[in-house]
Amino acid sequence: MSLEAIAALREPVRRTVYEYVAARAEPVSRNEVAEGVGIGRTLAAFHLDKLTDAGLLEATNAPRAGGPGAGRPAKLYRRSAAEHTVTVPPRDYRLLAGVLASAIERVGAEPAAYAAAAAQGAKLAGGDTLGRLAALGYEPYEDADRTVRLRNCPFDAVAHSHPGLVCGLNLAMLEAVVGDGGQVVRLDPGPTGCCVAIHSKNNER
Amino acid sequence: MADSHLAQLNIARLRAPIDSPVLADFVARLPEIHDLAERSPGYVWRLQDDSGDATAFRPFEPDVIVNLTVWESIESLRAFVYRTAHLEPMRRRREWFVPLDAEHLVLWWIPAGTLPSIEEAATRLEALRRNGPSAEAFTLREPFPASIDDRRSQTA
Repeated sequence: MSLEAIAALREPVRRTVYEYVAARAEPVSRNEVAEGVGIGRTLAAFHLDKLTDAGLLEATNAPRAGGPGAGRPAKLYRRSAAEHTVTVPPRDYRLLAGVLASAIERVGAEPAAYAAAAAQGAKLAGGDTLGRLAALGYEPYEDADRTVRLRNCPFDAVAHSHPGLVCGLNLAMLEAVVGDGGQVVRLDPGPTGCCVAIHSKNNER
Repeated sequence: MADSHLAQLNIARLRAPIDSPVLADFVARLPEIHDLAERSPGYVWRLQDDSGDATAFRPFEPDVIVNLTVWESIESLRAFVYRTAHLEPMRRRREWFVPLDAEHLVLWWIPAGTLPSIEEAATRLEALRRNGPSAEAFTLREPFPASIDDRRSQTA
């Protein structure tokens, strides 16, 4: 399944369609995709269907504004929560990460894990913070308050099974990546995405 | 409204007495965390004494505190525990608690409208520690759905 999913991205236009949808905070309609990518609606629909069939996107029927009689609901697309990984030869770092996380919890070595994460973060620091966070897969964006939020959790599966540990480790690492230049890094979880937010000190109350 | 509610027990061994400086930050956060829980979607009930606190209950061992709550669903509990400001004290729990050498959190289904007792909670934790996760005693990592069989075992 994962190999087929990733192979579906080989077609350049389809990949552009995928990247357009994946980068959006809200689900998008076929028409928005067609306009955003600069292709016809029929072609956009074709690629959106292929990406949905491959399990890379999810389609939902959104209630359309305008109340009763406003017509058939528009199909909206968003990135699927399913993870696709292909490694050749086979590797399973996620299984290993889960075992190590359980071991840390058993002996209560969370402080050591946070210290190791901070040391790793210091190595990853440097240059433009947003660019660095993007390269690490966090998909950063600035909200209306100029708070930097992170749309993607690169450690999602292990954060799900070991949240206190993994979110604490992630916070320690990102504090070191961001450094102490006028920003405060905090746990500030929303319903989805990474639980860490980077607040501008000017906005601190 | 669902027929079943989710009961949750978790216990923690204090690193120092509850009124010591080591625990001061944890104790100071409790009212805010209790308030957050009570405002969370799907919250039903929590064990508390007249002061609104539960840290005086020590049914297991003198240095082990308990947290006994009821939620409408696993999703509502999970959303509160992991996707709110509750995550920050979870991150810091090692400053306040020493690890237990066995499972410290157990979940089980109860008929909606009833409340769990500490005795029942202790039995469920024992079952989890003895048999691993099952429909009668499970964890957030390995949850079980509320089923007819579940409810029959409640009354058995």
